[in-house]
Amino acid sequence: MSKIVRAAADFLYPFVMIFGFYIVLHGHLTPGGGFQGGAVIATGIALMFAAHRYREISLIFKKAIFNVCETFGLLMFITFGFAGIFFGKSFLYNWMVNIPGMLFGEAVAYGQNAGNLNTGGIIPLLNIAVGVEVLGALSLIIYYMLTYVVKMGVNKEDAS
Amino acid sequence: MSFTQHTPALVVGIPLLFAFALPLLGKIHEKIRNGLAIIGMLLTSATGLYLAYQVFATGAMAYVFGAAAPDLTIPPDSGGIPIRIIFSIDAFSAFMIVIISIVGLMSTLYSLATEKLRSGQADFFALLLLLVAGVIGMVSTGDLFNLFVFLEISSLAGAALVAYRIDKGLAVEAGLKYALISTVAGLFFLLGVAILYGQYGTLNMAVIAQNIRLSRLDIIALVLIIVPMAMKCGAVPMHMWTPDAYSRAPAAITAFLVVSSQAGMYVLFRMFFTMFNLNLNTVTFGWVVIILGVLSMFIGVTMAIPQKDVKRLMAYHAVSQSGYMLLGVGVGLATLGNKELLDACGRTAMIGGIFHIMNHALYKGLLFLTAGAVIYTTGKRYLNDLGGLGHTMKYTMIFFIIGALAIAGIPPFNGFASKFMLYESVFLFNPFIAIIAIVVSILTLASFMKVFHSMFMGPKLPQFSEAKEVPASMLTAMGVLALLVVAGGIFPDIIVRNIVEPAVNALLEQSQYIGLVMGAK
Repeated sequence: MSKIVRAAADFLYPFVMIFGFYIVLHGHLTPGGGFQGGAVIATGIALMFAAHRYREISLIFKKAIFNVCETFGLLMFITFGFAGIFFGKSFLYNWMVNIPGMLFGEAVAYGQNAGNLNTGGIIPLLNIAVGVEVLGALSLIIYYMLTYVVKMGVNKEDAS
Repeated sequence: MSFTQHTPALVVGIPLLFAFALPLLGKIHEKIRNGLAIIGMLLTSATGLYLAYQVFATGAMAYVFGAAAPDLTIPPDSGGIPIRIIFSIDAFSAFMIVIISIVGLMSTLYSLATEKLRSGQADFFALLLLLVAGVIGMVSTGDLFNLFVFLEISSLAGAALVAYRIDKGLAVEAGLKYALISTVAGLFFLLGVAILYGQYGTLNMAVIAQNIRLSRLDIIALVLIIVPMAMKCGAVPMHMWTPDAYSRAPAAITAFLVVSSQAGMYVLFRMFFTMFNLNLNTVTFGWVVIILGVLSMFIGVTMAIPQKDVKRLMAYHAVSQSGYMLLGVGVGLATLGNKELLDACGRTAMIGGIFHIMNHALYKGLLFLTAGAVIYTTGKRYLNDLGGLGHTMKYTMIFFIIGALAIAGIPPFNGFASKFMLYESVFLFNPFIAIIAIVVSILTLASFMKVFHSMFMGPKLPQFSEAKEVPASMLTAMGVLALLVVAGGIFPDIIVRNIVEPAVNALLEQSQYIGLVMGAK
């Protein structure tokens, strides 16, 4: 793409990322959540692929990283599910909620309030797991599609 | 407090855990990958069989996800409404889980040998475990939206597995067809679920069943739900995906796809009997199911006869055999409102139909695996290219004979046991339909005679002089299924009394299913 597009993409990239992670982390307080945030993050990666050369970007974002992200997110989710059984309750039981001192363990205040990030027990953690999984999976999809574009020689300039 | 309380969650959780771990850990070494695949499936099957044992021994189980106790279906502060996702596993679900456990384990065992030299095995087994998890989830969940999620998991994993070995693009075409049709059907299913949710404000099947009013919208929702499910189980007007998907998927996957489509049939019966039961005009809807069944039986078998591709032929027979199950349960549904008729023939027809689900999964799985063994050894799938394999592949031939006689309903194999129950009871209901069923059975036998003759009989062909018997793990998988086919034919009464009759009673007794979640009244 042209220099203007590349410069603009480079400028926007950190903001897209921050916005994506914001949606993932605030999933239990605001609209959105793991899937939506993960999709936003993957959009940022797609933006980089669209603005720059496939060959350059694929050296920075390796396929293996996304593979690991995908599997790690899924494993994290199911581990929290099984943890509920090991704590003597049931599958996916929220065993971290309302325990003072624990991460995300504060009790939710009654009535209207601005929202406390440090609440929700395993729900924010499950959101993070889903976010990591979705960013890996969607980036992999982009990756595979571009791999075939390059392989078939549709664009000799490597989609640049 | 023990693990036995958690089996309904573990039976879905274990395959998911191994499916998620496989793509990462499976890349380390092929032994770890194969070990994870087979251990994951073994654990799933063991948990599934134990869960079924629990249900048959002590009655239906409910499992509430995320609750403080797994059997706390109605939280004290919810105002008498179940708010969480609930798995309701009654005898019919347990019956399906038995089938899934057996066939799933055999498919994995068989795949270990057939996929040995292929690439991308870690993802292959991950998808297979995902498919197993999806199908088990479909038959155990008591929540309509959860059912949709598991339906999509099983459809997408199934479509990906069909297309996994690209096969010059033919498998991809079949997989794409399956994916497209299942997705469209899934969306209609979702629309039906949305209509029910809009009316009753809940997604729990037991609560909806308790409050159902049968408004015009309910009928629309029912039709939107049963048509995708009839598609999924391959009933005739919607059967066009089965021959492609079944014939192009790897053999072990086809064997499990048969079970996956029977899960669609499970949902179909669950909708009629548990959700609507006598609120419905059972005679009309019973005849709808009977007609679907008769069409599937007859068109399936007549399409199978001219086929030259061995797996495509068997795929059409799968369509034809699902007709028997629809016929049996359809007769049960049609006679549901009439106590005398139900006791005279409806109940036996249902037992025959439900028993046929199990028998079909076993012998059709066996037949697909033998066809896969022949293709594995010779690389040929057209009957005209095959011949004389009986000289070298003796065990495969014996297993094929067992499967072929069972599908044709010849004693002493399990197909006879269930088909005989169907003939007897359907004859009392409507003799004409029973005669069609018998004729279809004879045509099935004729068709399999042709396959047997062109695959195994005749002189040893020079191009197959180096053909030899398949590896031991494939033979084991086929052998276990063959053993179960014979056992089902020799001791049908034990199976019917202990597994099938409780399943049929669970379907007929709507109040038990409601009571499981809502508490006994």
